[in-house]
Amino acid sequence: MEQVAFLLNGTPVQVSAPPTRTLLDHLRETQGLMGTKEGCNEGDCGACTVMVTDDKGSRAFNACILFLPQLAGKAVRTVEGLTGPQGQPHPVQEAMVTHHGSQCGFCTPGFVVSMAVAHLNGAKDHDTQLAGNLCRCTGYAPIIRAAEAAANAPVPDWMKTDHPFILAEISPSASAFRPTTTAELATWFVQNPDATLIAGATDVGLWVTKQLRDLPKVAFLNGIKDLAIIARQGDHLRIGAAVTLTDLLAAIQPHHPSFAELLRRYASVQVRNAATIGGNIANGSPIGDGPPALIALGTTLHLRQGDTTRTMALEDFFQAYRQQDRRPGELVEAITLPTTAPALRCYKIAKRFDQDISAVCGCFNVTVTDGQVTGARIAFGGMAGIPKRATSVENALLNQPWTPGTIAQATKAFARDFQPLTDMRASASYRLTVAQNLLTRYFHDLAGLPVDILQMQP
Amino acid sequence: MTIGKSLPHDSAPLHVTGQARYVDDVPLPAGALHLAFGLSTCAHGDILNLDLTDVRAAPGVVAVWSAADLSPMPDCGPVVHDEPLLSTGRVHYVGQQIFLVAADSHLNARKAARLARVTYGDLPALLTVEDALAANSRFEKGPIIWTKGNAANAITTAPHQLQGEIEVGGQEHFYLEGQVAAAIPLEDGMHILSSTQHPTEIQHKVAHALHLPMSDVRVETRRMGGGFGGKESQGNALAMACAIAAQATGKPCKMRYDRDDDMVITGKRHDLKIRYQLGHDATGRILGIDFLHLMRCGWSQDLSLAVADRAMLHADNCYHLPDIRIESHRLKTNTCSATAYRGFGGPQGIIGIERVIDHLAFALNMDPLDVRQRNFYAEMPQVAPVDTPGVLPPDPQSISASMKPKGQTTPYHMEVEDFIGHAMVDDLTARAGYAARRKAIADFNATSPVLKRGLGLVPVKFGISFTLTFLNQAGALVHVYQDGSVHLNHGGTEMGQGLNQKVAQVAASVFGVDISVVKITATDTAKVPNTSATAASSGSDLNGMAAQNACEVIRARMADFIAAKHGVAPQTVRFADSTVCVAGKIYSFADAAMMTYQARISLSSTGFYATPKIVWDRIRGTGRPFLYFAYGVAITEVVIDRLTGENRILRTDIVHDTGNSLNPALDIGQIEGAYVQGAGWLTTEELVWDAKGRLQTHAPATYKIPACSDRPAIFNVALWSQPNREDTVGKSKAVGEPPFNLGISAFLALSDAVAACGDGKVYPALDAPATAERILAAITRVTGPHV
Repeated sequence: MEQVAFLLNGTPVQVSAPPTRTLLDHLRETQGLMGTKEGCNEGDCGACTVMVTDDKGSRAFNACILFLPQLAGKAVRTVEGLTGPQGQPHPVQEAMVTHHGSQCGFCTPGFVVSMAVAHLNGAKDHDTQLAGNLCRCTGYAPIIRAAEAAANAPVPDWMKTDHPFILAEISPSASAFRPTTTAELATWFVQNPDATLIAGATDVGLWVTKQLRDLPKVAFLNGIKDLAIIARQGDHLRIGAAVTLTDLLAAIQPHHPSFAELLRRYASVQVRNAATIGGNIANGSPIGDGPPALIALGTTLHLRQGDTTRTMALEDFFQAYRQQDRRPGELVEAITLPTTAPALRCYKIAKRFDQDISAVCGCFNVTVTDGQVTGARIAFGGMAGIPKRATSVENALLNQPWTPGTIAQATKAFARDFQPLTDMRASASYRLTVAQNLLTRYFHDLAGLPVDILQMQP
Repeated sequence: MTIGKSLPHDSAPLHVTGQARYVDDVPLPAGALHLAFGLSTCAHGDILNLDLTDVRAAPGVVAVWSAADLSPMPDCGPVVHDEPLLSTGRVHYVGQQIFLVAADSHLNARKAARLARVTYGDLPALLTVEDALAANSRFEKGPIIWTKGNAANAITTAPHQLQGEIEVGGQEHFYLEGQVAAAIPLEDGMHILSSTQHPTEIQHKVAHALHLPMSDVRVETRRMGGGFGGKESQGNALAMACAIAAQATGKPCKMRYDRDDDMVITGKRHDLKIRYQLGHDATGRILGIDFLHLMRCGWSQDLSLAVADRAMLHADNCYHLPDIRIESHRLKTNTCSATAYRGFGGPQGIIGIERVIDHLAFALNMDPLDVRQRNFYAEMPQVAPVDTPGVLPPDPQSISASMKPKGQTTPYHMEVEDFIGHAMVDDLTARAGYAARRKAIADFNATSPVLKRGLGLVPVKFGISFTLTFLNQAGALVHVYQDGSVHLNHGGTEMGQGLNQKVAQVAASVFGVDISVVKITATDTAKVPNTSATAASSGSDLNGMAAQNACEVIRARMADFIAAKHGVAPQTVRFADSTVCVAGKIYSFADAAMMTYQARISLSSTGFYATPKIVWDRIRGTGRPFLYFAYGVAITEVVIDRLTGENRILRTDIVHDTGNSLNPALDIGQIEGAYVQGAGWLTTEELVWDAKGRLQTHAPATYKIPACSDRPAIFNVALWSQPNREDTVGKSKAVGEPPFNLGISAFLALSDAVAACGDGKVYPALDAPATAERILAAITRVTGPHV
């Protein structure tokens, strides 16, 4: 059992629960707060969205894949907590009624919480803010009308009262390790190399809610402040492994707009608020969207085993399907990436634009000097068992003139680099064709031709 | 009058605050048990050994049932008995229920259900319509064939012929609230809470499972978190399992499917293949046509016959097809049992003829709109709207037979008396700037090598009434209390469509009171018996009329009494503005209710409605299955990327026929939502099964319904608010399903954009859903392999 204390709708609660008890189950089964709904239990529908506040501010999370220890010292606000102390409706609640934004109402609490968090933070990119909330009834139009109508209403006072909540007297951890420094974690992990490290739990959460796995030994990384630091180092950025995708997006936006746009389409706001870049890398998924872009950028990976650290090119970390160059008890500590890569372009191909896993994610970073290709870093996700560089394609481009003829020649090299799989997202032949065509898109893109369907205005 | 007002959904304030209760939110008495099914992992086979030792020993498990424990095995089938609650030895699809676990928590039940050790003797599995056709595996003895005229002759003698095929995928309902039921054993029977569109069916099935009369089972449905047809029959198994477990243990029992289980177990929209052969002239007029429908129905019959019938009933859509033959095969496969889904086969029928028109226009190098209009049914005169209060609209029935224009007939020989497609198309094309945008898109495509745009228009004619005629009935129960408050109950269920609010508006209008006086209550088989499913878009048509009937009975009693008291005729009593006016005297409605009560006159009444005029022979395919048609037109503009097949809707314009809308805001909500759902069906929503019959897309991570940014950036919806010529409630029209078909315009627009990648020689022949992959394949077809 884990002892965890946090604020729930303004009231301190101290709970004792198994370490992988989800906030959603706790709210519904223990607290009797039935407003937060279970729609999918895997972080894809947003019906369980809650607001979590810590020293970085207030953000939306999926309660279904949020373990209670991740909330230690934070403040949670559910749909029940959006209404004022005298029962006054929140402006987004009022607007959702006026603009007919609810039909069956089951997704509505999640929408309303996402909207209230966006409203609190002054975010007006409603489509992005609500990409993680699915509605099957309304077609979204009235929900967006409501979000727009409420956007300029003042934030109610009661929404500003949440704050980090630290309870001094708390029993020592019984079943989970909850370190507060990277050093502490590194030491413990060497002694417990079979443990599961949980940062955002956006993947591990599903091991519990879908695979119904028991995780006998876990460590929660959310309390480690020195693992979540973003530091400028000359012409590089060093990003701590526990930096969330949300914070990574903000950090790279000024330097790499195309990468930032890729991350805008990485899952949803709720998932990006939880997921960490270290988890995305250490997980070793062949379809994670972080690694292809980072490899194309020339990112260096920092690993740590106890007090021993080592570095490698990120692409060298991925050896085979779900197999990484990581020693027992070794953890991903940070990455370093360059701040300049004007030719970097990241393309995500999926069935749906938002909140979907890539069928193919292609990232291109080609340097052209005086019409000749002088550098090429091209990496793909979804094309192999690992995130992988297109070495043959790169070689076919290097030292060649940057022309349609060279592109046509280089596309033939894709089949040497990749033998993709067929699955429910796409067939092998589609993946290969699209990978080839993305090189053509990249050529047009650098030439300034419109290639982005999302930029097309009606 | 409250009718016609854009009032918000009655539950909206509860939705937005999280106070609206769904079945899983209702606290159960202490000691409640949670249930889960153990599922087949084999698509077709015999269970050779079922070892449940580990299941029984799992933490928290209280009881386990398999076929050995239930004899005779209760059946879940809504029409025929071919769905045993638990497999009795043979399994017919991956996901079929084999055993039932009751445990102390939802999680423990789920964990235990995975611990069974099952040995199967595999049998050959029929997974596709081709497999089933080859094995002659089907429902009904052979195909259903309807004919009008002589299609074969008309095709052969026509100047030109055309043929083709389209594959149309199924669709997961993805109601946000999964299937759920609870059973509470009481001294006077079983009380069931169910997220169902059909409480009477649940009552019937639970009574059957418990060997009780229906009077011993009470089913209550306050609201569903979405239904879309997926809760018409698919909730039976959960409610029956809960009832059986509750009866056996004496404890309240609840069951809800985890999302993955829900998607694996329950039925979806029927996928199908459509083959077509037609003869036409050079102007695009279809002279003869032959359709073949191959419907994949899955392992049990469920509602498939009626679904496949409705697909045939919509094979004409808005087009007069004098010589037509439709052959429909209802194929039995080792997949989940396809079921009702918004449109109930209608969209599958409509997309067939719309594909034909698209193909024909391509072949003739014509604008598809011209081909559509050339084949439209003849326009029928509309009933004039009531402009002057107190003046009745002309009654079309009273126009003498000689003056009444004769409508053309459908392939099932029903006269189309109300076609208004011409006027609606003219209206929408003008407002959406159709002609100018056609030109602008052609200009854009000529100069854009990578991105191509396309435009698609679809007209819709959708038949309203259950085709199983006896279902076209409804009941209501209305009480007026002595303080003038009104308790409203009817047989319809609320799944988000705003039915309760619409019916409340009807009731408030009859009594002339404010809507706040009318109390909406949960659907309850103990209040209104023998109800039909809330389906076929019929909710407000049927229940609105039944409630109106009940209210009018009570109002007449009040009027009779008050008129007699003042010595005037009852017709002179006016109910309006929360008052009752008689002979110059004004009573509040509450006072009038109190006076009536004190005079010992009943202020309670049932109400009833049965749809008139309909007659239908489904085997021969003749009659009048529908009271009327609802119409709509949509124009969608899309953009595609010819390098990847990625695509996006840019703009949609819709005009939709709601008759005199009972509530324009709710109707617009239905139209917007239906359009996006319809577009999702034909674009991103792809169901993928593997070679062993396992559904690969069983969660939102892999099955992609439209997200927020997928809705059209410009989305204009207008109502065509002419009164229904038939005598429906408030002269309104049904709105649940018809606008779903408007999403077909997105598919047609994509076909148009793909065609723009080629030189006009090869038809794109796009299949559905038009995922990026299918679009790229179609582009490759029209351009050849080199981009």
